[in-house]
Amino acid sequence: MSTSLFEKLGGNAAVDAAVDIFYRKVLSDDRINSFFEGVDMDKQAAKQKAFLTMAFGGPHNYTGKDMRAAHAPLVARGLNDSHFDAVAEHLQATLKELNVPAELIAEVMTIAGSTRNDVLCR
Amino acid sequence: MPRIFFEKQSYACQDNESVLDCLTGHGVPVPSSCRSGICQTCLMRAVEGAVPLAAQQGLKETLRAQNYFLACVCKPTNDLKVSLPDADVGARTKVTVLAKEVLGGNITRLRLGCTLPFDYHPGQFVQLHRDDGLVRSYSIASLPQREEPLELHVRHLPDGRMSGWIHDTLKTGDTLEISGPTGQGFYLPGQPDQGLLLIGTGSGLAPLWGIVRDALAQGHTGPIHLYHGSRDASGLYLIDELRELVEQYPNLDYTPCLSGPDIPKGFAAGRAEQVAFSHLPKLTGWRIFLCGHPTMVAATRKKAFLSGASMKDIYADPFVIATDSIKPAA
Ligand SMILES: Cc1cc2nc3c(=O)[nH]c(=O)nc-3n(C[C@H](O)[C@H](O)[C@H](O)COP(=O)(O)OP(=O)(O)OC[C@H]3O[C@@H](n4cnc5c(N)ncnc54)[C@H](O)[C@@H]3O)c2cc1C
Ligand code: HEM
Ligand code: FES
Repeated sequence: MSTSLFEKLGGNAAVDAAVDIFYRKVLSDDRINSFFEGVDMDKQAAKQKAFLTMAFGGPHNYTGKDMRAAHAPLVARGLNDSHFDAVAEHLQATLKELNVPAELIAEVMTIAGSTRNDVLCR
Repeated sequence: MPRIFFEKQSYACQDNESVLDCLTGHGVPVPSSCRSGICQTCLMRAVEGAVPLAAQQGLKETLRAQNYFLACVCKPTNDLKVSLPDADVGARTKVTVLAKEVLGGNITRLRLGCTLPFDYHPGQFVQLHRDDGLVRSYSIASLPQREEPLELHVRHLPDGRMSGWIHDTLKTGDTLEISGPTGQGFYLPGQPDQGLLLIGTGSGLAPLWGIVRDALAQGHTGPIHLYHGSRDASGLYLIDELRELVEQYPNLDYTPCLSGPDIPKGFAAGRAEQVAFSHLPKLTGWRIFLCGHPTMVAATRKKAFLSGASMKDIYADPFVIATDSIKPAA
């Protein structure tokens, strides 16, 4: 069996390395940080890990329906493509900072992109 | 609607109701204090049924593995059979009040002698049990390796049940019970040159006083910056002791901060966290300890993270006051 994307990236350790960098970028970005306001940091960090694990092609139990349910309240508050693009941008920059090879970054971005319609509840 | 089974009875748990509210609402006495998943007073065990992950946040691995959970933040999605903690887990130790002394800032310093060995790290907290069942958490300021008696700093709150009783009634020679210790906010050796930033308000100095001295005793060589804040100078304490410590250890820095209008010489103007961030704008690689007012702790935690500190390097102990005290009487 060929090595999975998640393994190539370094598995859970890669998620741990990325979560701080990624979450700091998201919270510092005034275009999107209002969506994260008032959420407990510990819980939020756990969800960021779930996010990254999913984008890295790792094991998760989320269905498209779960993604819709998790983001529906945000869509109601105005979540749109521009916010999605901002998050994707931070994901890409995080991986670059961690010196992940370009072809793996491209794979991650494809996975993340594939959730767009669910996240935006379309 | 999930059902909670407890001692041969079962109770219906309403949507979004915690196990604690469900049980106490039906007259089952479960001890609690902060009601927000921090003090661990409401520890219970799920004998059957899975508890939500969120109800195990902050618990030690060993307790999680045995399905212990915090009843105040456990909103079950399935039936649960629960019990109070086994005697050995919630085990209480008898302590004797060796000394009681009023420091500044409405703080009473208690020195407690334990009859049995009591293992702890300075900075953790214990639950103090009064005979009538009232339980409150207090942080540990003493160092075990010096064989100091267990030291707690209790701030006297207006009409506070436990703190008022400690201040007015408790006396030297009295006995009390404690359980614990609990909490992850303590000094771990291994990175002696890392920068340490400690910010506390009010009695939040108690754990920090323990952690700073623990770090120094364990040979920490990196910079240690302590900020203690209050509105006015009368709310600060151990000022002279801390200044003496600074004389002794060149890597230690102590800044007493006042947020009120009156700033005597030797004090910094502003809230402790504001002063700290103005001195230390970049916190990449630092380890951070935050204790005291819950609003200060939450906001400072976020700011420290955004200033570069890694999430795993930030230890935060909000001194949450029991919310049943603040709720208007029904
Ligand atoms: C992890 C942790 C560590 C802690 N460490 C420390 C420490 O080291 N030192 C320390 O001093 N404290 C510490 N605390 C806080 C401590 O546990 C107690 O919450 C605190 O001492 C108050 O308890 P009390 O019984 O005196 O007050 P309570 O009786 O619980 O009352 C709390 C406040 O509410 C007010 N109140 C009561 N009833 C009402 C009402 N009906 N309406 C409006 N207001 C009301 C009271 O006047 C009082 O000001 C810590 C808390 C936590 C969670
Ligand atoms: C790139 C595609 C995205 C993926 C794969 C994704 C994935 C996830 C996952 C797995 C969760 C956790 C769900 C749970 O366990 O409850 C979550 C929650 C969340 N997401 Fe996303 N997400 C994406 C885009 C976004 C965007 C663009 C935003 C906002 C700018 C956002 C904001 C949030 C918030 C605020 C939560 C927490 C919701 C809550 O706690 O109530 N997400 N996301
Ligand atoms: S943790 Fe539940 S009452 Fe404090």
